[in-house]
Amino acid sequence: MRGVVLTFLLFSSHLYGAGSSSYPLDDVSPDLTDKESLQRGARTFVNYCMGCHEMKYQRFQRVADDLGIPEEAMMSNLVFDPSKKLGAHMSNSMSVSNAKQWFGNVPPDLTLYTKLKGGPEYFYTYMRTFYEDPSRPFGVNNLLYKNVGMPHPLVHLQGIQKKVCKDIPKIAKNGGEMREAITGHPLLENKCGDELVNRGVSPLELVENSGELSIEEYDSLIYDLTNFLYYSGDPSRLERQRIGGFVLLFLAFFYVFAWLLGREYTKEIH
Amino acid sequence: MSESQHPVKNMINWIDARLPVTETYEKHMSKYYAPKNTNFWYLMGVLATVVLVNQLLTGIWLTMSYIPTADGAFASIEYIMRDVNFGWILRYMHSTGASAFFLVVYLHMFRGLMYGSYQKPRELLWILGMLIFVALMAEGFLGYLLPWGNMSFWAGQVIVSLAGAVPIVGDSLATWVRGDFNISGITLNRFFALHVVLVPMLLLALVFLHIVALHEVGSNNPDGIDIKKNLDDKGKPLDGIPFHPYLTLGHDLPAIVAFCFFFAIVMFYFPDGGGYLIEAPNYEMANPLKTPDLIAPVWYYTPFYSMLRAATFPFLGLDAKFWGLVVMAGAIVLPAVLPWLDRSKVKSIRYKGTASKLFLAIFVVAFFVLGYLGVQHPTPLKTFLAQICTAIYFAYFLLMPWYTSVERTKLVPERIPMK
Repeated sequence: MRGVVLTFLLFSSHLYGAGSSSYPLDDVSPDLTDKESLQRGARTFVNYCMGCHEMKYQRFQRVADDLGIPEEAMMSNLVFDPSKKLGAHMSNSMSVSNAKQWFGNVPPDLTLYTKLKGGPEYFYTYMRTFYEDPSRPFGVNNLLYKNVGMPHPLVHLQGIQKKVCKDIPKIAKNGGEMREAITGHPLLENKCGDELVNRGVSPLELVENSGELSIEEYDSLIYDLTNFLYYSGDPSRLERQRIGGFVLLFLAFFYVFAWLLGREYTKEIH
Repeated sequence: MSESQHPVKNMINWIDARLPVTETYEKHMSKYYAPKNTNFWYLMGVLATVVLVNQLLTGIWLTMSYIPTADGAFASIEYIMRDVNFGWILRYMHSTGASAFFLVVYLHMFRGLMYGSYQKPRELLWILGMLIFVALMAEGFLGYLLPWGNMSFWAGQVIVSLAGAVPIVGDSLATWVRGDFNISGITLNRFFALHVVLVPMLLLALVFLHIVALHEVGSNNPDGIDIKKNLDDKGKPLDGIPFHPYLTLGHDLPAIVAFCFFFAIVMFYFPDGGGYLIEAPNYEMANPLKTPDLIAPVWYYTPFYSMLRAATFPFLGLDAKFWGLVVMAGAIVLPAVLPWLDRSKVKSIRYKGTASKLFLAIFVVAFFVLGYLGVQHPTPLKTFLAQICTAIYFAYFLLMPWYTSVERTKLVPERIPMK
């Protein structure tokens, strides 16, 4: 009986991890035919993510083949460990005990991450919502993943984002934006945190010139990385859709003849 | 060359004298007479067979690369998805097939309810079908643990722990089922053995008996008219047509192709089914320390899962969980006694009275609502709704002796009416 009670308790509570948040996800449409974007994403992944996060179900060889990267270029630019062969899995050398000591937990494997999160939107939003928070061990927090246990690995590229309060238009009782009667200027009010989020305004502001990339360049970098993670979640996606087309064509063609044959037999039934 | 010297004919004669091949073929195919008015709903049986074959074949090939250990299972699925040539086709055919199986079986069972196919003389046929359904639920549940994803683990945890709700022996029973104090590699190994050996054998045996019983009593039809009552001078049913080729090629083949078409759309373009066929938490390895936000079974179990959760209060000194188990088990077993609950003089809904039609309609609505509630976080209102729908589910069966005997039925014609 105790087991049942325990199970049902676990059922109703979130025992593990900070994390669930109602922050809205940004839309993103991955494009698996954009090989250059995927290649850039792979480069960002091995350069900035792979020190901690593995892709242990994916092989370098597969990435090279699917993304059109020549084997030599792959070995010299994307495989850093000289002991690794092209056919090796994309794993790293961080030990579990070190990971637990440094981060409190083993950083999740990213092979299937976009599938685990039900789509690429989570990762795309997450990587763009880090903000400065001195109360956290690594000095950053995340809007999507509250009290996140990892540092912001791309902070030198993106720059520092701060959580700020912003002036936004006041909303009247009828739902419209309030304006000054004479000038027609919107009436503003100062809002912070969730109140901004609820109004569809980001509570974050980038400290100017604190990063190497512009906002657009950084978003594009994260798009490529998201694209690569989306690809790695199911690398046979394009092939699957291509073969699926032929299968459906064949079945449609077959159906016509199956139906014509069936009609001949059905005619005889009175 | 005279006919008796024809080598093929001779060969067939030689075999027939030793094994009744021609006789069996005629009895079950070319001289098995099925009603001429069967419709869409009568295709589900053959489609279930197609899916069964699909599951068996893809299952064999998946087994060749799958590793049934706690350490290796999850990675071996990704190995199948990435490294095995066309492994993803096998895996998606199998995972989509599981859902397709339940879809056609539910429609097949609904056909039985609608046209009274369980009534005399088809009681045993119906009971064998119910046994297949229970075996199929077991097969699906056992197989769901095998990918060793986090939802696999937690769904297994919740369902096996139900055994713990049985008074006195509960805890020991749950431990006995798991082979461990928690769901572990030991559980995974035994579930694998049951999923690929025991239950498939059981399923095949039951399906065989189901078809033998069907061919003994003959197929029912949408009008519920017994075609064996009107025979021609050669003893063939006047309203019957030979199963082969009229139904096999006339009806079944186009239906199978059409079914495969829709199956392929899901399999090639929506293999995850929006998280309903393969759930997102299953893309992470089983983790006993990390509970998914919402533990929900796959869609085909959700109506019964809702009924399990609908029992919320203790009764007769026994725990609510125990009653949940009783309600769920009751809901699964109860349809088996339908042949003795239906007191109607007619079989088909076409000739039954308003009460039967009304009860069947709200039964279907309740079943869908229960299915929806099964994937939702329980709230007081939703639990109350689930309780109402559970009551409707049981009322459909338990009140059947009453409403089928008092309602006015229409007169069933002697012969099958054709447009």
